[in-house]
Amino acid sequence: MIDSGDTAWVISATALVLLMTLPALALFYGGLVQAKNILSVLAQCFAVACLASVLWFLCGYSLAFSGTGAWIGDLQAALLGNVTRAGPHPGLKIPESVFVMFQMTFAIITPALIIGAYVERIKFCAVLLISALWLLIVYVPVAHWVWGGGWLAQRGVMDYAGGIVVHVTAGISALVIAIMLGARHEFPHGIRPPHSPWMVMVGASLLWVGWFGFNAGSALSAGGDAGMAMLVTHLSAATATLVWMAIEWIKFGKPSLVGAVTGTIAGLACITPASGYVGPGAAVLLGALAGGVCFLGVLLVKRIMQVDDALDVLGVHGVGGALGSLLLPFLTLLGGGVVLARPLADQFAVQGTGVVVVAIWSAIATFAITKLTALTIGLRVDAETETVGLDFAAHGETGYHVNR
Amino acid sequence: MKLIVAIIQPHRLDAVRERLTGVDIAGLTVTEVRGYGRQKGHTEIYRGAEYQIAFRPKLKLEVAVPDARVDDALQAITEGSRTGKIGDGKIFVLDLEQALRVRTGETGDIAL
Ligand SMILES: Nc1ncnc2c1ncn2[C@@H]1O[C@H](COP(=O)(O)OP(=O)(O)OP(=O)(O)O)[C@@H](O)[C@H]1O
Ligand SMILES: [Mg+2]
Repeated sequence: MIDSGDTAWVISATALVLLMTLPALALFYGGLVQAKNILSVLAQCFAVACLASVLWFLCGYSLAFSGTGAWIGDLQAALLGNVTRAGPHPGLKIPESVFVMFQMTFAIITPALIIGAYVERIKFCAVLLISALWLLIVYVPVAHWVWGGGWLAQRGVMDYAGGIVVHVTAGISALVIAIMLGARHEFPHGIRPPHSPWMVMVGASLLWVGWFGFNAGSALSAGGDAGMAMLVTHLSAATATLVWMAIEWIKFGKPSLVGAVTGTIAGLACITPASGYVGPGAAVLLGALAGGVCFLGVLLVKRIMQVDDALDVLGVHGVGGALGSLLLPFLTLLGGGVVLARPLADQFAVQGTGVVVVAIWSAIATFAITKLTALTIGLRVDAETETVGLDFAAHGETGYHVNR
Repeated sequence: MKLIVAIIQPHRLDAVRERLTGVDIAGLTVTEVRGYGRQKGHTEIYRGAEYQIAFRPKLKLEVAVPDARVDDALQAITEGSRTGKIGDGKIFVLDLEQALRVRTGETGDIAL
């Protein structure tokens, strides 16, 4: 039986999640790079979104959500041959078409998140090859493990909207690619700052709104779970923003806009796995932790490890997603949380297993994908192209008249 | 005639214009420029990382005046643009060979 309320909400949520990539993430990342690379970032986000969509149609959806294997799905739903007009998705009251499309928007944003690691120096063809292989070798299996009835789902892992499936996979893979690709030439001291902080803020704001679709849409129904997910998502984002601002204010004397909205995204990433399971108090607590821990995560990667994960994908998304995934069993104990299906310690162990195994798989597979790309089409643009900027050198266009 | 080229803080433009019109000096060209002086730029912090900003945004003013008005113009520009902080700017005075008003064809001091 298809429920019109559920269907209407998940269709709306799907549109919101696509908005998170186009244009929200594109603007968020685009504002953070130098002016000579703005269009390349927008082009990368756009192309990855389209590529992921077609792969999702070909076999991605099927391998993630069709079949009962522990490690990977089957090809029964390849080419989306199973999608009929009438049928609901098994166990839900929404049409199969809507479920496929909703999940597609997640498959779009996850490889797009990784763009933040390699901007300003990667070849465009390498972006396409890495993203395509990554979707099929990292995202699809992990989505199957956690959401498609695979081994982590069978163990009872809790990942409401993708702390593990989206943020841990993207964060770890971002780090691996950033290391293998090498830093931008001027890193760490000669890089120009974000060329357009206001654009970063617009992108972050659209991400925030889109995230209601991401988290509350993951209820896959229109009801109390969706409502609570939206409420906690918002509270975590707001709290993390304030905490990040406070840290900068104390440490550097001024609270920056770029810092504040980075805190927002950290709070959103962190609440993602927990969003359907915890209540408002837990969300504020988690948001506060996200602001502080992700701030340290960014410093750890950039300052201490000296890795040019250019736009802090690991520090913000990976750390945030892992933190929320690990803490969520404890946070369900606060008001408004769900009742755990197993003892707290067991649930925590499952969460830990999920985060660690997914991180390891993401690292190994991304290493192999990046190595293969390096050996075939190559990863990096030449030094001159990097200096000129990817907009003109790779795409033949310029975002501004004078590139600074 | 002299050409006065002044590099000023962008937010002082209105004050400079007021002073100049106050002493009856009419005619001013403004360009957005970037530059650095003795401090060689400044630093900004984003997400905990320090960035060196080599060039600061400034405005370049060009004012052509008769020799007799140079001191008034310099005083007006200085008063209008001074805040007492670093980066207040600099004024250069150049000899000016000729000036011509396009509409009338007048040349020299009268064209200014
Ligand atoms: N020698 C110069 N030649 C050309 N332009 C200059 C020179 N010195 C300064 N400028 C221009 O003037 C602007 C403002 O200079 P600024 O007031 O910072 O000078 P400064 O010598 O550093 O004095 P202060 O110590 O007061 O800052 C610079 O950004 C630059 O555009
Ligand atoms: Mg100076």
